[in-house]
Amino acid sequence: MAEFAYEPEPEVRLAAGEQIQDIAGKSPWRLAGRRLLRNRIAIGSLVLFVLIVAVSFAAPLYAHHLAHTDAFNSNVSGTTVVNGKRVDVIQQGSGKLGLGETPIGATWHWNYLFGADAQGRDVMARVLYGGRASLEIGIGSALICCAIALVLAMIAGFFRGWTDSILSRLMDLIWAFPVYLLAIALATVLLTKENGLQWGPIHVDPSSLWVPTMIIAVVYVPYVYRPVRGQVLSAREKEYVEAAISQGASNLRLMFSEILPNVLSTVIVLLPLMIATTVLTEAALSFLGIGVKDPKASWGTIINDGQGLLYTRPLVAIVPGIMIVLTVLSLNVLGDGVRDALDPRAKVRVGK
Amino acid sequence: MVKRSVIVSSAVLALVLVAAGCGGGKKNTSTAPSGGGAKGGTLLTLANDAFSGSPDPQVNYTLQEWQLLIMTHDGLVAFKRVSGPGGTKLVPDLAESIPKPTNGGKTWTFKLRSGIKFSNGQALTGNDVKATFERIFKIGDSPNAGSWYNGIVGGDACVKTPKTCSLSQGIVVNGSTIAFHLTKGDPEFLDKLAMPFAFILPASTPTKNVSIPPPGTGPYKWAQYAPSKQARLTRNTFFKEWSKDAQPAGNPDEIVQKFGLTPTAEVTQVENGQADWMFDPVPSDRQGEISTKYASQVHINPLTETEYFALNTRVPPFNNLKARQAVNYATDRNALVKIFGGPKLATPTCQVLPPNFPGYKPYCPYTKNAGSGKWTAPDMAKAKQLVAASGTKGARVKVNTLTTDPQKSWGNYFVSLLNQLGYKATLQALSPSLQYPYVQNSSHKVPFAWSDWYQDYPAASDFLNILLGCGSFHPNSNSSPNIAEFCDKGIQAKMDNALKLGITDQTAANDLWAEVDKEVTDQAPWVALMNTKYLNFVSKRVKGFQFSPQWYFMLDQASVK
Repeated sequence: MAEFAYEPEPEVRLAAGEQIQDIAGKSPWRLAGRRLLRNRIAIGSLVLFVLIVAVSFAAPLYAHHLAHTDAFNSNVSGTTVVNGKRVDVIQQGSGKLGLGETPIGATWHWNYLFGADAQGRDVMARVLYGGRASLEIGIGSALICCAIALVLAMIAGFFRGWTDSILSRLMDLIWAFPVYLLAIALATVLLTKENGLQWGPIHVDPSSLWVPTMIIAVVYVPYVYRPVRGQVLSAREKEYVEAAISQGASNLRLMFSEILPNVLSTVIVLLPLMIATTVLTEAALSFLGIGVKDPKASWGTIINDGQGLLYTRPLVAIVPGIMIVLTVLSLNVLGDGVRDALDPRAKVRVGK
Repeated sequence: MVKRSVIVSSAVLALVLVAAGCGGGKKNTSTAPSGGGAKGGTLLTLANDAFSGSPDPQVNYTLQEWQLLIMTHDGLVAFKRVSGPGGTKLVPDLAESIPKPTNGGKTWTFKLRSGIKFSNGQALTGNDVKATFERIFKIGDSPNAGSWYNGIVGGDACVKTPKTCSLSQGIVVNGSTIAFHLTKGDPEFLDKLAMPFAFILPASTPTKNVSIPPPGTGPYKWAQYAPSKQARLTRNTFFKEWSKDAQPAGNPDEIVQKFGLTPTAEVTQVENGQADWMFDPVPSDRQGEISTKYASQVHINPLTETEYFALNTRVPPFNNLKARQAVNYATDRNALVKIFGGPKLATPTCQVLPPNFPGYKPYCPYTKNAGSGKWTAPDMAKAKQLVAASGTKGARVKVNTLTTDPQKSWGNYFVSLLNQLGYKATLQALSPSLQYPYVQNSSHKVPFAWSDWYQDYPAASDFLNILLGCGSFHPNSNSSPNIAEFCDKGIQAKMDNALKLGITDQTAANDLWAEVDKEVTDQAPWVALMNTKYLNFVSKRVKGFQFSPQWYFMLDQASVK
């Protein structure tokens, strides 16, 4: 009988090198912030991530004021100036037969810093615009995913019984599908609507980033739902909840005032890890041609564009690849830091 | 990627990858006469995929299999097996000579050569010929049964009831003499007899799709066809050369085509001498490398084919002539040529018929400084005026193309161009096996679709009537090669006249076809892009490379010893 069960005072959790007097009288959030700031690797990762976000969102500045290029329109017959000489963006092949037309390589100047893709577009400009799209989708879908999962987990964990069973089986159903297969199936159905999607007054253009954002958000809901639901079920049995019930607190108050603050840290720990996962998923879907659509760019579409140039212009695929690696790495390390800061002994990781 | 391997055909007409190119003159174009060369050895060729569809000779519609079938089978007549323009000339093959038609072009009487045997040792007879043509109908899914061979008396009835098909009125066999009776004169009848659908098979061949081509009369026979692995041809021990022009003896003892490697891997194998030739086009990313290091192993040959995007004349916004013309004016064909591999491998065009083809007269109104017949530069200002005048600005356009390059890159180019013209364009890329049937079906209402066309045989009707004739549009069918859904009654009447005129005066007919080509170009049902060349990359040990304008690289005429 849970309501009469005795539970000892929770053990005080100290981070490495932390003394009891360091944490005395401090709120959990303040403590977490302090621990995070002391974690140099996590802060370094945060700085790197913020830098990537900043340069990506500065893409129009780069394209218009530094590279003076249009990152979205074909420029196959275009020219550019390199070291004072006007040269073709797509250059005729060399050798005895003069076969093969190759995009200009890295100039190491603002214009065509990393060369051009097969359409004659500036790779650096597209990588920055692509980063913007990838991060918008990645961060957006992770936030939506966590929000949906949190609400569902709160409902399931608080009400338990049939509500929990129905929601949990629904999550099991989604979980049963391989993530990419489900995402591809949804993308194939939703992205092939010629005039976009129409839900009542809401119209979503087929090329809108909202479509891949929502698809990716939905397929990962069970991955956040499960650990959060466990936390809610556990918190539901705590004495402070029992005490609130005995004081006549409403269900809404119990959920938002008593339980939510105690499970929020789990969601916050999962958030950077989810962003890393959704950025990767977006890249995979766009690489397969069912995420972001050309002429828009994302890191996945640029890698796809670079596939046909691996022999002559490998940078087209390598640069966005490096951006994905740096982003995912920084988010994973940051996620670990946030976890350590919020709960020094927790072992919460996103299951796959 | 050129649809060399996937040719899904209509019951009416079809897409083929037969070559042409009446070329010559190019530095690396072989023009040596056929025959000769060291005998023996195995010629190892590579292809990404096995032949699309059934390997049955009367069903398969791919250049890939046809290149092998011409070495194992024969028709009554054949395209001369030489490189250069002579390769489009018809010569007698199993027939002793090419007859003159009688009865107003409705009767053709052939005499079979004697002493020819199939690869199973069975002697060739007139009954085999009759049975072969009946089998075209009986088999049920021979793509051109209802459009090429239904003109034989009894053919229409065979189309309706294939199982009980009898051509006893249409093909009369008297010993080694075979008379074909047609319902009306057909100026292209001999061409059709030279196509692989009409290659003669033993009368005992079952009237159902076979898993490996049955015995033929050529210098090789099919020893293996495993779609997941390879096709293998070995020598036909019953073959004795009867006509060097029609069916010369081959050089290699064995010809193998292995399936499964990517084109990039194929290039590496040929470079390393692990294989002798690759069927697939050399990826543009590797062209510079072979141009620099392996130039002596490269052969570039012009083709009679046209690359184009069809503008659907029945779906907005391209049901508007000005909108169609606008896209034509705006298209930078040089840019598209660059994407394909550059001016060494393709030439811009505005019209349907390819150069050096019957009825071809250079014509290009969609260029700056029009008049010379050549495309020189896009005219964006005029294009924008036309879009504004058409009232179609802001319309959504789905650009349908392949998932593979260069078609995907061409699609991306057009998405960009159409957006610049004020449309809302998006890309729809489909895999090669799906795209062609999809864009043919009018129920999908595809407004802008890539396609290409390689001649079946050298006749203007094979482009104009097949691709833009009223009779080639079949609503809601996957076999409707008129992708633009174009039908102009005035132009169709001219095409019908040209077909009739061809029976008596082919030169006058070709002049009429040139007019048709011009009028169709003015109506802009396509954005014609370019005429391409075939880049053949062979291993160092391949000697005596020869390129037929009809059948491309004649594998059996090369030596690997």
